[in-house]
Amino acid sequence: MVTRGFTGRRPARPDAERLPPGQYLTEDFPVLQLGPTPKIDLARWRFTLREGSKPLKSWSWAEFEALPRTRWKGDIHCVTKWSKFDTAWEGVTIDDLLAAAGIAAPTAYLLAEGYDDYTTNVPVADLTGAKAMVATRYAGEPIPPDHGGPARLLVPHLYFWKSAKWVKGLRFTQKDEAGFWELRGYHMVGDPWREQRFTGD
Amino acid sequence: MALTWQEARITAAAPETARVRRLTLAVGWSRPFRAGQHVDVRLTAPDGYQAQRSYSIASSPMQAETIDLLIERLDDGEVSGFFSDVAEPGDAIELRGPIGGAFVWDSGAGGPLLLVGGGSGVVPLLSMLRHRAEAAPGVPALLLYSARTRGEVIARDELMRRDAEEPEFRLRLALTRETGGRRIDADTIGEALAALGTPAHAFVCGANPFVSAIADLLVEAGLPPRTIRTERFGG
Repeated sequence: MVTRGFTGRRPARPDAERLPPGQYLTEDFPVLQLGPTPKIDLARWRFTLREGSKPLKSWSWAEFEALPRTRWKGDIHCVTKWSKFDTAWEGVTIDDLLAAAGIAAPTAYLLAEGYDDYTTNVPVADLTGAKAMVATRYAGEPIPPDHGGPARLLVPHLYFWKSAKWVKGLRFTQKDEAGFWELRGYHMVGDPWREQRFTGD
Repeated sequence: MALTWQEARITAAAPETARVRRLTLAVGWSRPFRAGQHVDVRLTAPDGYQAQRSYSIASSPMQAETIDLLIERLDDGEVSGFFSDVAEPGDAIELRGPIGGAFVWDSGAGGPLLLVGGGSGVVPLLSMLRHRAEAAPGVPALLLYSARTRGEVIARDELMRRDAEEPEFRLRLALTRETGGRRIDADTIGEALAALGTPAHAFVCGANPFVSAIADLLVEAGLPPRTIRTERFGG
């Protein structure tokens, strides 16, 4: 349906090709979160892999910082329509986490859990194979608290609500269990290139 | 339930402030929205190019068949410029919603209810206040609203009237660029909490730095973080 009088402002071609449908480019780094930024004491921070309620492996901050590190640079896409190009992150890939824990993923699904009680579900296949990391640095610096520091999940090929801020662990689940936003009408997968914003998209 | 795009006709348009325009849209929703929710709008150019944005709903969920959006003209705004300068009653746009299940207040949730808005961040809070007045006027509520000038206060007459007429509603304006004006600080928050009582729910909406500062102040004032919901715009 053509909107009377709307001409729009198209991004230049190289940018346009990097923008998933319905997205626009921002130079800022907007902040979206449910509530206040939690205060996290690194001395008490832990990151834990669980299967259901059973802990599989847990790291302190110092132990986590000693794990193999990977850098990733690329584009991120928020379901609220903004995309940001060439973001630079550093952290520990999910492959390296599993290897350090000495395990294979026990199930095909998991919920990422945050220190603010946020949860989001991601299939393991969307995390392994160098597709995701637990990031601890952004643009060469520790991640600012408003952007999810000290550690956040980074799953850049899915809408950014899947990249849980202040992540405290990954909980493997038998089936694909909806997380916070997924329970509230947002898509279970969230692929920006298929514009999977909401249930049924 | 899938959220499908629907054609929504603009039934009325009027200036709200010098920078904010109120648009009323006819929607054919089968169920009411919840105060605090937003809609996505989609505009299409003749060559098929599309732009989408999200806007909070300002009207009460009890307003039947139409919703009000209050759209602030942004410098260089691709979509807000269209709504400010081009859109007129009779035009149709594409819309889907209602969207969002976290920044919402239902009358059954009770109070006290603390609302803190910066600039056009007051819009979803207006929906909550309007809903409260109709459905739960006994719930104590306080709106702490930061705007640059008196003229930029959205729904000023209505808010002043509610403050005067509704026994359980209090308005606190913080006008940052008026003589004698001030920003919201720890003292302002302390005064608001003393007047309202400990809020069961706090909602904070505005630009990112505003929301970060207010959310931190509320936590420092002793509010449990999980009682505070935030919504930010910008970017």
